[in-house]
Amino acid sequence: MLSRTADHLYWMARYTERAENTVRMLDVSYRMSLLPRNNGSSDDGWGAILAISELTDAYARSGRPLTARDVIEFVVLDRDNLSSVWNCLRAARENAHAVRGTLTAEMWETTNATWLEIRDMTPEKLQVTDLGEFFEWVKFRSHLLRGVTFGTMLHDDAFQFVRLGTFLERADNTARLLDVKYHNLLPQTESPTGTTDYYQWGALLRSVSAFETYRHVYRDVITPYKVAELLILNHAMPRSLHACVDEVNDILGEIANLHSAEAARQAGELHATLHYGRMDDIFDTGLHPWLERFLERINRLGDRIGDNFLVPVAA
Amino acid sequence: MIADIKMTAAKPYDEMYAADGSVRAHYRSYADWLERMPRERIERKRGEADVAFHRVGITFNVYGADGGKERLIPFDLLPRIIPGDEWTALEAGLRQRVRALNAFLTDVYHDQEILRAGRMPSDLVLNNAQFRTEMKGVDVPGGLYAMIAGIDLVRAAGADGKGEYYVLEDNLRVPSGVSYLIENRKMMMRLFPDLFSRYRVQPVEHYPDLLLETLRAVAPEGVLDPTAVLLTPGAYNSAYFEHSFLAQQMGIELVEGQDLFVKDDTVYMRTTQGPRRVDVIYRRIDDDFLDPQVFRADSMLGVPGLMSAYRAGRVTLANAVGTGVADDKSIYPYVPEMVRFYLGEEPILNNVPTYMLRNEEDLAYTLAHLPELVVKEVHGAGGYGMLVGPAATKAEIEHFRQLIVAAPEKYIAQPTLSLSTCPTFVEAGIAPRHIDLRPFVLSGGKEIRMVPGGLTRVAMQAGSLVVNSSQGGGTKDTWVVG
Repeated sequence: MLSRTADHLYWMARYTERAENTVRMLDVSYRMSLLPRNNGSSDDGWGAILAISELTDAYARSGRPLTARDVIEFVVLDRDNLSSVWNCLRAARENAHAVRGTLTAEMWETTNATWLEIRDMTPEKLQVTDLGEFFEWVKFRSHLLRGVTFGTMLHDDAFQFVRLGTFLERADNTARLLDVKYHNLLPQTESPTGTTDYYQWGALLRSVSAFETYRHVYRDVITPYKVAELLILNHAMPRSLHACVDEVNDILGEIANLHSAEAARQAGELHATLHYGRMDDIFDTGLHPWLERFLERINRLGDRIGDNFLVPVAA
Repeated sequence: MIADIKMTAAKPYDEMYAADGSVRAHYRSYADWLERMPRERIERKRGEADVAFHRVGITFNVYGADGGKERLIPFDLLPRIIPGDEWTALEAGLRQRVRALNAFLTDVYHDQEILRAGRMPSDLVLNNAQFRTEMKGVDVPGGLYAMIAGIDLVRAAGADGKGEYYVLEDNLRVPSGVSYLIENRKMMMRLFPDLFSRYRVQPVEHYPDLLLETLRAVAPEGVLDPTAVLLTPGAYNSAYFEHSFLAQQMGIELVEGQDLFVKDDTVYMRTTQGPRRVDVIYRRIDDDFLDPQVFRADSMLGVPGLMSAYRAGRVTLANAVGTGVADDKSIYPYVPEMVRFYLGEEPILNNVPTYMLRNEEDLAYTLAHLPELVVKEVHGAGGYGMLVGPAATKAEIEHFRQLIVAAPEKYIAQPTLSLSTCPTFVEAGIAPRHIDLRPFVLSGGKEIRMVPGGLTRVAMQAGSLVVNSSQGGGTKDTWVVG
């Protein structure tokens, strides 16, 4: 297939996944902010939301106060914020538009209809929108696209590039979420194996649809250690780093070409880290440095995939 | 020679109603159906069609309007119906005309016999901006230049009230609109399946199949299983929907210039599995942008080295480079002469009588009759740079007069054709609106083929004669019946 086509498919999937993960985060923080609590954290974690998406500086420049409404509006709608949900869905649709002939009618219509619906959303309209419902809607549209992709698209190379985008983005997003939330929620003195605020950690799990999964897997109270283990090492948990890297590794095997040996090697190495990794070792390294290193490697792999498949230099 | 042809009948020819108000035979069953159909139901169907077209994204970009936003082309639910025998005659005329045009292109880029025989003025061809000297002596597969031709037909009331078809212009560069023809049919069948049990409407949905066969038939000699691609300027082009639609329907890659490169006079596309050879390019990019090494150096849309590969016969371009010299408005008046010269036949299709303003006599007549005439820029397209005398204000007429006097050779003039009308759904109910017809004629291999009918464009404004989508025109489904 055309490299440019692969590129558009890959970014269509990445932007859709990013929009979904962004509202997952917002949704949980929003629900948390509705709970009566007095844990002393002044901003209810809205600062952390900005940190996850590396938007802290951009937000400061916008001069907005650090309130729920303002952060949500910025993260959902701000036209200048290139990772806002609005911009992600626009970019997803533009990428789909550029290769609509490669998509099935259902995939294109889903992406296009999503964009048409959010296109005219303004801060004023958002004020009177039920936020919970809106977040559900964004997630639902992402589920729908994934569903029609699976259900209608030929499982050929084009399909693999859509999946590749999805899992690289998800690995990145889950790692960021864990990094920032963990840092924020875990008081310096507390050990990762102790119990802690049920609601806060429960919220983190819910943001990746893993609350019930946690119960099912551990049948135990929620401990930060196990939350990290579930989101990093559990290969059966579809949003864990291990699961995402499993997929990326398999896909790179499927689409291999004459120049992609290095990408395959990097993915394989990353896969081995997760496949044979142990939580104790990760905590020995320190979760934060470990996740930072992971993000670095995922980004490097993304660049390599770009060079090898998406925008190759002329042969 | 022109003045005695009465083309501006007071009452235009209507496709559905005869002059006495009775319904023409081929519309009777439809009229009967329409009478029983509640207006609300039609309205509801119209809403359905709008939603469906939007969701599917059958849009086009209007240059200059709203920063190039995507818009829907208005789709009218009332079909334009053409009786089968009428179409058979048109089809023969179209075949003949396209054969002559291809023969002309072969001739002007080789021996130029028509010029040496003095059948048309040499300078018109040789000094024409659309004449590509780069194509002189280049042999193209099958001697075919315009593999895909869109011939615009209009119908005007003759003196006897009978409708006569005229060719308004030939589009031999990158004619567009065929996707609407197909989508309109799909939409009509979805909205009104019952209508299709009343009429035996000849199908049109196999156009992409014919097109693919055409493209494969013109591959460079010796290529057994040719790879064809569709070259688009990109997602922001006004016809992008069509490019992507046709590529998908034919199962060929939709490429942009950046996806192709040339090495050793061979064209390759960049794929995720490495370079892959390309044999036929259905290009939807104008000549000027094809190759920055030969044409416009600032073109970001083209492929450096493409012309060299093309001239070496290593790749086929459809349409060929340089077809513009045959569809230029200054050449148009000589097409009937081409039919006689190359085919030894009398033209089946009429040309619209045309004043060439480079001729003093024609210029004088035109300047004296501007309010009655249509004046067109010779190289213009898409309804831009055109004066419709009867619809123009005094100021507009004066403005054009100055333009003409300054450079008469840049213009032609024609009598204002009273284009035929077809009943159309409008705000206030059903009213006649002017229409034209663009059949798409495919030449590849031995045969010339087309799907029955073509794209009917309709001027949605009362009295307007301008049907171009860029000027607010709409479309109708076109039925060839029986």
